[in-house]
Order: sequence, then structure tokens, then C-alpha cells
Amino acid sequence: MDTIFAQASARGKAGVAVIRISGAQAWAAARALAGDLPAARTAGLRVLRAEGEPLDTALVLCFEVGASFTGEEIAELHLHGSAATVGAVLRVLGEMSGLRLAEPGEFTRRALENGRLDLAQVEALGDLIDSETEAQRRQALRVLSGAIGKLVDGWRADLRRAAALVAASIDFADEDVPQEVVAEAAVLIGRVSGSIARELTGSGAAERIRDGFEVAIVGRPNAGKSTLLNALAGREAAITSAQAGTTRDVIEVRMDLGGLPVTLLDTAGLRAAGDEVEAIGISRALERARAADLRVFLLDGGEVPLIAPEPGDLIVQGKADLGAGFGLAVSGLTGQGVDALIGSISTVLSERAGSAGVMTRERHRVAMRRAIEALELAIVELGFWPERAEIAADGIDRGIRALESLVGRIDVEHLLDDIFASFCIGK
Amino acid sequence: MKHFDVIVVGGGHAGAEAAHAAARMGAATALVTQRRDTIGAMSCNPAIGGLGKGHLVREIDAMDGVMGRAADRAGIQFRLLNRRKGPAVQGPRLQADRKLYSAAMQEMTAQQPGLEVIEAEVADFLMKSGRVCGVVLRDGAEILAGAVVLTSGTFLRGVIHIGDQKQEGGRVGDAPSNALAERMRVLGLPLGRLKTGTPPRLDGRSIDWSVLEQQPGDAEPVMMSFLNKAPFVRQVACGITHTNMRTHDIIRANLARSAMYGGHIDGVGPRYCPSIEDKVVRFAEKESHQIFLEPEGLDDHTIYPNGVSTSLPLEVQEAYIRSIRGLENCKILQAGYAIEYDFVDPRALNPTLELKDLPGLFLAGQINGTTGYEEAAAQGLVAGLNAALGARGREAARFSRAESYIGVMIDDLVTRGVSEPYRMFTSRAEFRLSLRADNADQRLTGLGIKLGCVGAARAQVFEAKTEALQKGRIALQSTSFSPSEALSHGIRVNQDGQRRSAYVLLSMNDVAFEDLAAAEPKLATIEPEIAEQLAREAVYANYIGRQSAEIEAIQRDEAWEIPISFAYESLSGLSSELKGKLARARPASLAQAARIDGITPAALGLILARLRQQKRSRSA
Repeated sequence: MDTIFAQASARGKAGVAVIRISGAQAWAAARALAGDLPAARTAGLRVLRAEGEPLDTALVLCFEVGASFTGEEIAELHLHGSAATVGAVLRVLGEMSGLRLAEPGEFTRRALENGRLDLAQVEALGDLIDSETEAQRRQALRVLSGAIGKLVDGWRADLRRAAALVAASIDFADEDVPQEVVAEAAVLIGRVSGSIARELTGSGAAERIRDGFEVAIVGRPNAGKSTLLNALAGREAAITSAQAGTTRDVIEVRMDLGGLPVTLLDTAGLRAAGDEVEAIGISRALERARAADLRVFLLDGGEVPLIAPEPGDLIVQGKADLGAGFGLAVSGLTGQGVDALIGSISTVLSERAGSAGVMTRERHRVAMRRAIEALELAIVELGFWPERAEIAADGIDRGIRALESLVGRIDVEHLLDDIFASFCIGK
Repeated sequence: MKHFDVIVVGGGHAGAEAAHAAARMGAATALVTQRRDTIGAMSCNPAIGGLGKGHLVREIDAMDGVMGRAADRAGIQFRLLNRRKGPAVQGPRLQADRKLYSAAMQEMTAQQPGLEVIEAEVADFLMKSGRVCGVVLRDGAEILAGAVVLTSGTFLRGVIHIGDQKQEGGRVGDAPSNALAERMRVLGLPLGRLKTGTPPRLDGRSIDWSVLEQQPGDAEPVMMSFLNKAPFVRQVACGITHTNMRTHDIIRANLARSAMYGGHIDGVGPRYCPSIEDKVVRFAEKESHQIFLEPEGLDDHTIYPNGVSTSLPLEVQEAYIRSIRGLENCKILQAGYAIEYDFVDPRALNPTLELKDLPGLFLAGQINGTTGYEEAAAQGLVAGLNAALGARGREAARFSRAESYIGVMIDDLVTRGVSEPYRMFTSRAEFRLSLRADNADQRLTGLGIKLGCVGAARAQVFEAKTEALQKGRIALQSTSFSPSEALSHGIRVNQDGQRRSAYVLLSMNDVAFEDLAAAEPKLATIEPEIAEQLAREAVYANYIGRQSAEIEAIQRDEAWEIPISFAYESLSGLSSELKGKLARARPASLAQAARIDGITPAALGLILARLRQQKRSRSA
């Protein structure tokens, strides 16, 4: 079985991140980073290095087979939890042969297989695993809602068509399938592979795949959203004025909130639009607010929020300087309650999203790298057509499966749909 | 009253294979069919095998089944499809002499010890405390059995359409089984309706062959059965012709008179077997469609025009057939027709093909929503084996997706159900590189021997071959050449200084075994056939190694069987949506549960934890 790893801790203000490695190569992997390992079940301070370059000073903790969470050999690396450090260590681990990122629930699954957990414990963990899965899905959705979404749709369409063309030429060999389809498939795959490579090297993705979390501030016009944003950011990021509807579009401010990379979104005030420009601003605001990891509803007294809050969303009373309100009350103007709000936001984000942000990014990076490898191989194999047709098909299939978390599942029924729509096949 | 271990109802491809499988297992077996002389009848085209389908036949043969052996005896043209592509996607196919095929099947049936044929129509099932324990014949006679396999094909409420004419029937010339269909309905089985079609049959003596292209068989015919080496009878060619614009005009002008286009048919047809009406409508820009003229037998002048199935009225069929080159004066012997029939949603079945809610009753073949002789026979094999095992109280035989096309098909059927008649394609097998037609014996004969369905003769052949393969593999792997050594023997490889084993060299396209044998005398003792087989596996060795972790994971999940009574509602931590989904699907294993839409890793963890708990309390 593969050796798997993942960030096992939720990130909090304490700033410690735990990366857990489980499987036959766990200690070897930790040794490759730390030089030597402390005795089992004894913590030791080590400098983690990759190719001689120090990554972090970390506490290293090892557990033997049969005496660990999963029942397998485990090494834990307790890092200083900045996203950059965790990301770097995850990346180095991912490049070691035989190691891969754990799938959601995989540690639990191994613990179960090895008789290390009972039903009650699994029930307790179930929510955690699902929220991990959910967090990843949300993260992927957010990543996909921007310009990269169209790109990924294109990848999916091209891969699906290429796979269908090759499948048609293999499974309907004694029918009227033109041989040119193979050349078309090679072109499609080359296009996808090139596009992924450009994303990976960062010309596009670096800006678009945001690190960390999005927090949307939602409220009616003139509720004090922009003022609050400026107070949180500590600078004049959004234009603020007393006239309702000043913020015409979504304003983003990237900041470090209690140790977490956060992008704050100041959205146009939610109300019936006065003109077309404002209507566009409002619909964008709604879309972005819904896709965000967390929404902070800024309310004036007892009004009902304009979009439905999701579990964990924060509802705060704005303009606290104008009089006492209910629950969490803030004033962007005087700074009253701002620290408490920052505390609440970072608590919610740490609890809910855990390691999803960095993990998701790393997962996508690994997925894209694997996909390119498989697709490039497929192009080479297509060059030998018809010999090695099935090996080319296998490469395309592996490429698609590697990208599944981005492009979604493409299975044989999709291919058959395409084949029967494109070719007059059948006797 | 008569008593058998297993009763098989129906003598088509599923029924024959089921009856033989049960009898080979030592079960006292009865095959009940309306007419003994229809055992092994090929109702559709006179061909067996193909891509995916040839794989299935080889797998049936590996379990010592009858389809491959009967097909070889009847084979009048053998072709290995995808010959120029890799071995994983090569599929053996043959044209069969219809009479020779059914004669071979009937002869093997007569010779099979423990198998009795009863000519009768089954009208009902005998039930005892919720279990099917026999059948009632139309004349009221009752036969008891430990298990019943129903393979009624298209006979359940079968309706035949030719134009706007329709008549009840399970096949042209045979009555449908309506009493049984009614019984199935009363039992509350989830039924649906499908359709399929056939082309008109032509009189070969009225075809002008001189103007038509011929397609001969392969120069080196590849047999279906691992036991056979060469064809049994004279070989013939097929003819090829094409439709033209005039043909299409005739069809278009008469579309309203087609049963399918005239709104007379509700059933869903297979997309890969479109009628000529469908082809002309859906691909209007195509000026011509290919037709293979397949002879139905050596001493039979009937020709099956593959590619023009239809449900147009007979006079329109005559008109469009005669618009085709070479068929200008052609006589139609039997009109093409569409047939609609009932099927049972296969999600009602366990992977053993026993109904979840009606123990003792197994279903196989078209009744489960599949199409094709090979798909039917493969299900017959699974149902027959499991009926025999069940009747004896033995553990079920399971087929894994990771090990066989049979496993892929069964899992697809019972987990995902069907939306059109299900046909096998190699693309359905995610482990296609290891599930090859050439290694079906290596994958399955061992299992067959263990189960007890493989005869001594085949077991002996298999064991000798396995030993020869193993010896040859070791010899190849333990011999290595540097690039320059290889070159000195005329073997060209990259001059990168890397030593390569003879096994690796053999996997290369341009390296011949003869060159290796010439370079190293100890390799020369490997028989050519064994060397060929080792070359086929060597091609994929790297790729298959990469899949092994995935295969292991699937097999681990398959080993976790979920009892049918598993109480999903009592699993706290599982959403009510997932509880409902799982309770409806009743997956037989953790692997099957994992393939149900929307099932999360956490849900699988919960099920697994409960299974472990139950296992512990049982063993305590």
C-alpha cells in the first residue's frame, strides 16, 4: 500500500501545523527531511531540509507499527504553521516516490482496517471527514468560479472528446470510424496538456488560485461594510462615503487574519437596484458572497439578512458607535468590537476549513502534474497508431482520472454518448 | 414428483450455459425448454465474439463452458478484430454455421452427465416460505428444485412488429411466455420494456455476388476455445455492399410506416444496433452505409445482411433491399422485424444473479436487460454456478471487476442498472490491459478448478501451460543483454548502456523471440506458443504493475460482504439521504457500495466499522 500524508491539524492561532505520514515508508520519508529520527514516541527537535535548504525547525514524532493511530508506521511533523511552510513540506513529500496525499477519510479507513477504531469513534470522525470533503469541494468550486472555470470546462470537453475518439477506434474497429480521428485526438490532448502546463508554471494560476479563504461582508447599502473593511484592513481600501450604493463592484483586500491568509470581499450593498450598473454590481456581490468560505452579515437592528446565512456564518450589529445593539457589535469608525470580530472569523475559518486551503492547492498541483505526465505519454503512444492504441487510451484515461477533482468524472457512458452522437455505428 | 438440484428455464445461450455449468458442478440439472430443437438457436446474426464479446467467450471457455467449443465447431470464417492493435484489445470473432452451432450445442447437452432436457412450457414457480423451490408446467405438473434459473430472453410479453403489423411472440415462429410474465408482475419484480431488431433474411442464390467485394477470414484463424487449434469445417468469405441515396429515399418516404417511427413501440432500443431507419434519419448527411452479407451456413443459402435491421413493412423492405448493389433481384426469405419484451431491472439482483427478494430464483440473459449471445451466456455461467452452489449450501462464486469482463458486466448490471440493452465494450473494463482474451485461462481456469466446474481434460491442459509459462518467464527474466550484446545478435535497442532482460526485450515491438532464442540457447527450449503468450504479457508488465495498488484496493473492498439485512437506518452519523440510497440499493459488498452515486468516504467508513463489529461479535 502507498504511504500517505496530509496535514492532520486544523490551523489555529497557535500556529502549529501537524503533517501526518502513514505507511511503510513514513519513517524513511521523515528521515529524508530530518536527517535522523528521535526514538519512537519521543518528540525531537529537528531542522527539516530539502536538498540542503532548511524548510522549518519542527518537532518530529514517530510511532511504530501497531502503536499508532492507523496501526501503520507513522511520522508526525509539527511545523510552524504558516501556509508557505506547510505547502513547501507537502510539496517535498509529494515528490518522494511511493508517497501521495491522503484522500479524505483515508487515515480513518486505514485505522479501521487495522482494527484501531471502533464504530463509535468512526461515527465521531464521520462529520469531520465529510466536512473535509465538503471544504475541498467548496474550495474547488471557488477556484473554478473565476476565469479558470472556463479553462477547466475546456479541458473537460477536449479530454472527453479525445477519449471518445480513441474508444470509438478501438471498440468499433470493424465499423465506419474514420482514421483521422486519431490525429484529432492527439491535437486535443496536446492542447489540454499545454494549457495545464501554463497553469502549473504559474502564468495564470498563481494569481487566480487564491491561497487561503474568502470572507464576504454582506449587508444593505450604507450599513458600514466598507468602513468595517477599512478598519479590518487598517487602510483605506474601499471608497467609503455616506451615499448609499457607493461600492459599485466587489472590492478585494488580501490580509493576514490571525495567522490565516484571508481575502476580504466588500460587496455592493444588497438592495433593489437603482440602475443597471448597480444591478450588475449587486448580482456579482450575491454570487461572490455565496461562493465565499464565510459571510459576515452586517445588520442594522432587527432586519432579516438578504441571502440566507449558512451554518457558521457570522451575524454582527453594525455602527455600534451609534448605540448599543445585540450580540456581536462592531463599529468600523471607532474600532469597537473589531478585534472580537477578527477572533470570531479566524476561529470559524480554522475550525471549518482546517487544512483544506493549502491541501486543496497542493492536491490540484499534484493532479495537474500527473495529468500532464499521462497525457504526454498518450500523445507519444498515439504516434504508433494503431499499435499501442490501448496504451494510448490508458494514458488518456489516467490523465482524466488524475484531473477528476477539477474536471469531474468522465466515465464510459459519457464516451458512449459522444461516440453514438458522432459516428453512425452499429449493425 | 421429480426433484432436481437446479432447474434452468430456457434453452437459449444463457440457459444452455447455465444448465451446463450447474451440471459440471455435479448438480442434478433439468433444462426446461418449449422445444428441444431450439437449444443453441441463434436468433439474431450468425456470429459469435468480437471486441469485449470475444473476451467474454474466452472467459466462459476458461471456466470450461460450452459456447466457445460449440462456436469453433461451427466456425466458417474466423477473424481476430483489432489485429494490428495491442493484444489487450484484440477480440476473436467468427461467423457460425447456424445449424452446426445448434447441433454442437445439442450434442454437448445430450452428452453432459447429470443434465436432463424436459420439453415443456413453464407457467409458474413453486414457492415455499418465501423461496422459489421449483416450477409448475403448463399441464400442471410440478418439478421441485433447490434453485431455479430463469433465462426467458425476449419471451416475456414478447411482441413482434413488422410495419404496423404486430403479433405476440418470443421470436419469429415461437409463442411468448405470458403466464410467466404475469407471474413476474404479481411477484412485484421491477419490470421495464426494451426492444431490439433484426434485418430481413435474404436468399443468397438471388444475390449477384460477382459485383460485390469479398471479405475473407484471417489467414491464420484464431479459435474461440483454448482447447482448439484449427477450424473444424470449410471456410467461406462474407460479401460487402452498401446502401445508396436511392435506398435512403425509399426509407425516408416510408418512415411513418416503420413500427419504430410510427409510434407503435414504447421499448428502448440499443444505440449500437440502430435500425436502418435510425441511421438514415440521424445521419442524414451520410450517403451510404456498409452492409456485411453473412452466410448463415455452409449448406444454407440464407444470408444475414448485417447493418440493415428494420421494422418497415415487408414491401418497403423489398423495395429498399433491391435498391442496393448486387441485391437488385434479391428475394427476402423472412422479413426483418422489431421485438419488444419485458426485462427485470438488474439492480434487483445480487452479484450471484439471484433475486434479492426471491431467494432460489436466478435470472440470466436478456431478461436482465442485456443484449448479445455472449453477454447472455456469461450470465448463464454465473447463474448456473451459483444456483448449483446455493442448492448445495456452498459459498457463492464471485467475479471481480479486477479479474474478468464477467465481473465488470455483473457489477455494472447490479449496481448501475441499464438504460438501454447492455452490451460489452472493452472500454467498460478499467483494467483492460490485464483482462485480455489471450489470458482468460490464466485469470479464471484456476478459479474454475477450485469451484469444481472444470473437467479433468482442461485442468490438465491448463496446468501444463501454466507451468510452461512460469518456466519460460523465469528463463526470460533471468537472461539479460547489454545494448552492445543485443546488437551483436541483431537486436536493436537504445545504446544507453543499460542491461535489459530478455523479458523486457520481448515486450518491444521490433524484437522477435527467434532472435532472442538464437542469442541464448537456453531460451530456445521455450515453445513458440508459450513465447508468444509471454510476449503479450511482457508488453503490459509495467502498466499492470502500476495498477496493482488500485486492484488490491478494489479486491479488499470486494472481500467485505454486506449482508442483505444490513440495518443502514441504525447507523448514526449517516445522513438520511444516504441511508435511503443504501437501503434501496442493498449493495452486496463494500466495493459495490462505493460505486453508488453520492456515497462518501465517511459513509463507507461507518459501514466498514459496523461490519467489523459484527464480525467480531460473531467470532466471539
